[in-house]
Amino acid sequence: MSFVLETGYLVAAVLLILGLRGMSSPRTAHRGLTWVGIGMVVAVLVTFIRTGAGNIGLMLTALVIGGVLAAVYGRQVPMTAMPQGVALFNGMGGGAAGAIAAVELVGGATVGGAPLVLGVLGALIGTVSFAGSGVAFTKLQGWMRRPVRFPAMPMVNGAVALVAVALGIAVIAGAQMDPVLGAYFAAAVALGILVTLPIGGADMPVVISLYNAATGLAVAFEGYLLNNPAMVIAGTVVGAAGTLLTLLMARAMHRSVFQVVGAGFRAPEAAAETG
Amino acid sequence: MIEGFVALYIFILAAFTGYEIISRVPETLHTPLMSGANFAHGIVVVGAMVALSHAHTPAEQALGFVAVLLAAMNAVGGYVVTERMLRMFKSSQGGGE
Repeated sequence: MSFVLETGYLVAAVLLILGLRGMSSPRTAHRGLTWVGIGMVVAVLVTFIRTGAGNIGLMLTALVIGGVLAAVYGRQVPMTAMPQGVALFNGMGGGAAGAIAAVELVGGATVGGAPLVLGVLGALIGTVSFAGSGVAFTKLQGWMRRPVRFPAMPMVNGAVALVAVALGIAVIAGAQMDPVLGAYFAAAVALGILVTLPIGGADMPVVISLYNAATGLAVAFEGYLLNNPAMVIAGTVVGAAGTLLTLLMARAMHRSVFQVVGAGFRAPEAAAETG
Repeated sequence: MIEGFVALYIFILAAFTGYEIISRVPETLHTPLMSGANFAHGIVVVGAMVALSHAHTPAEQALGFVAVLLAAMNAVGGYVVTERMLRMFKSSQGGGE
């Protein structure tokens, strides 16, 4: 049985890779999407069998509510609003990666080693992506028209980043108490918001693509924490493909990724030139 | 199952794979491919299900529920949006190829 299930994950991972490759060419793009979809369904079915019936009611409820909400929104969102749709759903993925780490850490049962380090790091990346994608969504939706900057922003952002890293190290060192974990996730949310606020609307596609890659990486890292090879492979492939795609998009738009993302870490005068 | 250097090998090989499979993507496909990659990391739903399945305390169950909810939205929404984009892409090509 175990052999069949592991084979299911392998098939899912291969389908995801082949599907993404198909999507990089106009002729095969639609077929590629179907392959990714089949891979996803296989992975979910395997997981259903593998996990037994633990919290099955909660699980099905969450799957149905989430699936229906996303399908309804995804169908009715106007074509011109597609980028913010991607931002929204990408943020959800990042948030999910963060929440997975939270489940594993909140019991304090996680022991040291590389999986814990990667899981904690993935939580930071995923949560930053969650909050940052949320800001990107509100900007593209037109709810926030102007980039938000203030003179002390580079210092504040630097401080929040340092606090997040320090708290992450504390969690890895074994301080898996609720207040520490809460502060860690709060710092990650704050960082995601603060870094994205000063970036102008024209740069948002590049930012969304970057957060997309970040979520992929976060998913891969949580895959190490959960010992789940399908997540590791798919997440890493998306992380690398997303990073390259971000660079290609930035080049096509004559932007520098570092300039775009660094807006929150520069003085407002300098940032204004690129915004 | 995945430990030490084997984990590192998997990571590096998967990263190369991700880089290679899209290194020649035409500019018109940038946004649909971004959307498709967004759908692909919806695989996080698998991890969310695992996490929820072994959640015991109410706090863990609540967090696990949120994880599955968000991940399901990522996967389903990612697919729907990408499919609509590609359909538009196909019709705008108009069979000219």
